[in-house]
Amino acid sequence: MARYGMAIDTKLCVGCMDCVVACKTENNVPEGYNRDWITEEAFGKFPNINLEIRSERCNHCENAPCVSSCPTGASHYHDIGGVVLVEYNECIGCKACIASCPYDARFIHPDGYADKCTFCIHRVEEGKDPACVSVCPTNCMIFGDLDDPNSEISKQLNSRKHHSLKPVAGTNPKIFYLT
Amino acid sequence: MELSRRRFLQISSATVTGLAAVTSLSSITKGAKKIEEKTGKPAKGIQKIPTYCDLCFWKCSAVAYLKDGELWKIEGHTNDPLSNGRLCPRGTGGVGAHYDKDRLKTPLIRKSERGEEKWVSVTWTEALDYIADKMEKIKIEYGPESMALFSHGVGGTFLKHMIKAFGSPNETAPSFAQCRGPRETGFELTFGDIVGSPERTDIENTKCMVLIGSHLGENMHNTQVQEFAKANKKGATFIVVDPRFSTAASKAKYYLPIKPGTDIALLLAWMNVIVNENLYDKDYVEKYGFGFEQFAYEIKDYTPEWAYPRTGIDPKVIRETAYEMAKHKPATIVHPGRRTTWYGDDSQRSRAIALLNALLGSWGRKGGFFMPTKLSIPSYPYPEYPKPERGRVDNPDERFPFAKGELLANGIREATITGNPYPVKGWIIYATNLLQAIPNQEETIKAIQNLDLMVVVDVVPSEIAGWADVVLPESVYLERYDELNISPFKEGFVSIRQPVVDEPSHQKPNWWIAKELGKRLGLKKYFPWNDIEDYLDTRLKSVGLSLERLKKEGVVKAPKQPIYFEDGVQPNFWTPSGKIEFYSLQLKEKGFDPVPKFTEPESPPPGYFRLLMGRAPVHTFAKTQSNPILKDMMEENSVWINNDIAMRYGLKSGDYIKLKNTDGVVSNKVKVKATERIRPDSVYMVHGFGQRSKMLKSTYLKGASDAQLTTKYKLDPLMGGTAMNVNFVTFEREA
Repeated sequence: MARYGMAIDTKLCVGCMDCVVACKTENNVPEGYNRDWITEEAFGKFPNINLEIRSERCNHCENAPCVSSCPTGASHYHDIGGVVLVEYNECIGCKACIASCPYDARFIHPDGYADKCTFCIHRVEEGKDPACVSVCPTNCMIFGDLDDPNSEISKQLNSRKHHSLKPVAGTNPKIFYLT
Repeated sequence: MELSRRRFLQISSATVTGLAAVTSLSSITKGAKKIEEKTGKPAKGIQKIPTYCDLCFWKCSAVAYLKDGELWKIEGHTNDPLSNGRLCPRGTGGVGAHYDKDRLKTPLIRKSERGEEKWVSVTWTEALDYIADKMEKIKIEYGPESMALFSHGVGGTFLKHMIKAFGSPNETAPSFAQCRGPRETGFELTFGDIVGSPERTDIENTKCMVLIGSHLGENMHNTQVQEFAKANKKGATFIVVDPRFSTAASKAKYYLPIKPGTDIALLLAWMNVIVNENLYDKDYVEKYGFGFEQFAYEIKDYTPEWAYPRTGIDPKVIRETAYEMAKHKPATIVHPGRRTTWYGDDSQRSRAIALLNALLGSWGRKGGFFMPTKLSIPSYPYPEYPKPERGRVDNPDERFPFAKGELLANGIREATITGNPYPVKGWIIYATNLLQAIPNQEETIKAIQNLDLMVVVDVVPSEIAGWADVVLPESVYLERYDELNISPFKEGFVSIRQPVVDEPSHQKPNWWIAKELGKRLGLKKYFPWNDIEDYLDTRLKSVGLSLERLKKEGVVKAPKQPIYFEDGVQPNFWTPSGKIEFYSLQLKEKGFDPVPKFTEPESPPPGYFRLLMGRAPVHTFAKTQSNPILKDMMEENSVWINNDIAMRYGLKSGDYIKLKNTDGVVSNKVKVKATERIRPDSVYMVHGFGQRSKMLKSTYLKGASDAQLTTKYKLDPLMGGTAMNVNFVTFEREA
């Protein structure tokens, strides 16, 4: 069984938002909403600055509060790769998941259901990378199986410094930022 | 997919014989099938159609996807040397251009005062008859040279052809004198050749790259950004010089927070170190250089210690970075930048950059500047253009002796105001928003008052369209054919733009507009092709290719050719000496410094800050702000203010303020971004926002316009470009 995750090389990322645009067209994300976004964090005092640029989205947590807080079971772990998904037909739009997500990864779609990144599971099932990964001009994103020691993502995570977001939340996020 | 070598050699020597076969391509075929031919039912499933992008001028090849007959998404074309299968965010958002709600739908004719944006919708026949009639009148009364064309991008090809056939030499784009012109002049004076577009920087193979003000990553020239990331991954050293801590600065080993306007001092100090400490490429300089001894003498006093009080850069850092550049030579690029119209000394600054590269031996070398190669396809065999009786209008008495290449858009504007050297009475403006592109909007509006005819051809009602007499709605790139793309690059190729979907209403492609105007102006012999498919097929067939093949494959590559001196490219320098001119006699002869000199820039008046402007990765100039997808990425710009300054003025991120320049011009309201990432003496904005075209509803007055605040500009004395980073602004509270 695969365990899908993503590693994003902050050293390469330029924050161009191509990932955001690609997600939008690939998944028909409605105007005014995005499933992924760019965060820029600057540390230090001019001119001695460190800048981390991150492409962020749902972390597809292994201990996902959105799944445990969902009253209908619409939010669930997908059979393939443990991807966190929403079964739109079962979602009642109660926003419990939105309140519980420490990453602000979800929004209510104009059609009334909770929506977010799906890791482009429809593409992954066809053997493709998620749209954001496949489009990135800097090639800074790696999608793959965290359980496969020979996958590119495992190799990168084994050999490079990295961090995840809000680890103290205890959600076991599966998106990692290489630094 | 590739042409065989043999075929290519035949191509290179091919000549086109006569006008030849008019093919039987009668009606233009759109790529997308809405209806299945076999069943007569609506199309199902995915269709893929290759075409090249038009979101900027880079012209990446792409593949447009249709789902059930509807335009869905666009991806990079994997066989394209520009995109390598990956588009930039603008290209990926290209479908938004088709769906943009603000698009022009029908031709419009002005019905009240210019600029009031009151229109009557008319038919194409009415609009084109009106334009042709006015053009004929201008021709009779003032001569054909009194018509001028401003255009941007490949879409201008056929209108340029039309205006030349009409008999006017006055055709240009603001992308020269307002943008990369000074760079081309500086490099041409030094190497006898321009940098060109796409830039000939071999970033992928570089070991050290210096970016001076150039903000790759924010400035999203696709291949350059891709190669920047590749070089980064391979461990290249980056040295970033910028008053603002750019995205690129965050990737750099050295960030030099230079005082604006002092780059020449830094460049002189770097060259001083490299020459005095014998770190330059001696063989290269000896073999190819001219006037090196005089050059060395001229720069001998410009030590890092001399540069320190001028630039604010620590002499130790100047030395270290010079050593770093020298260590990696010739695989070091001192990047020439693109918009280089900054402080008025721009072609001399660009020349200093060229000279530093020359010292490092990077021109023509791997990891430096490659020698572009191109798949040569003969141009369409048109009859010769009539020779204009009067020469170009933009540079009377050769006031700018090195304005030798493209015309100065500001020069045409000036002639339109003054009538000197002769009157300009008609403007056709294609896909360029002159109000945002040329500094000092008041002068542009003043020039417009002298016109008998002003036509704007565009996809959306840009601000400049608001001032036109006639506005013509063009098809967006996904709905039209255009000229072939045969850009010179690392390998030769040809790519096609072809229609993917139908126009949503009455829009027409540029080639049709040009041909129809030509017909009305008695220029029929200049438009011998039936339609663009005929035109493209004729050109492609002349080299053994065909439209059919290009429509299918999108891109065809030529065999690889050497692109470095070390691989056999013959070094040629088209300067007067035939060498790299370290000391320029032609500059001296015209009364300019033969080796660049530093002049102290103006300081901001107390309480004012230097206004700097740049790009965001999700927008191109002032032309993509209404694209619904890209608008979602960035709807308005903000003004970057150093944290300490913001605190002093009681401003915090998210506050709205107005900016006022020293001429009293006040901007639209703009959001504050209080940040550590900029010098305290400067503020920064992304260009292209704060648009005031009421017809452009979705972006009307969103953010502020740097162009509006750029009332002052300095003219480059060598080539007449307009330096724009010479304005100072202060803050006004939003009432």
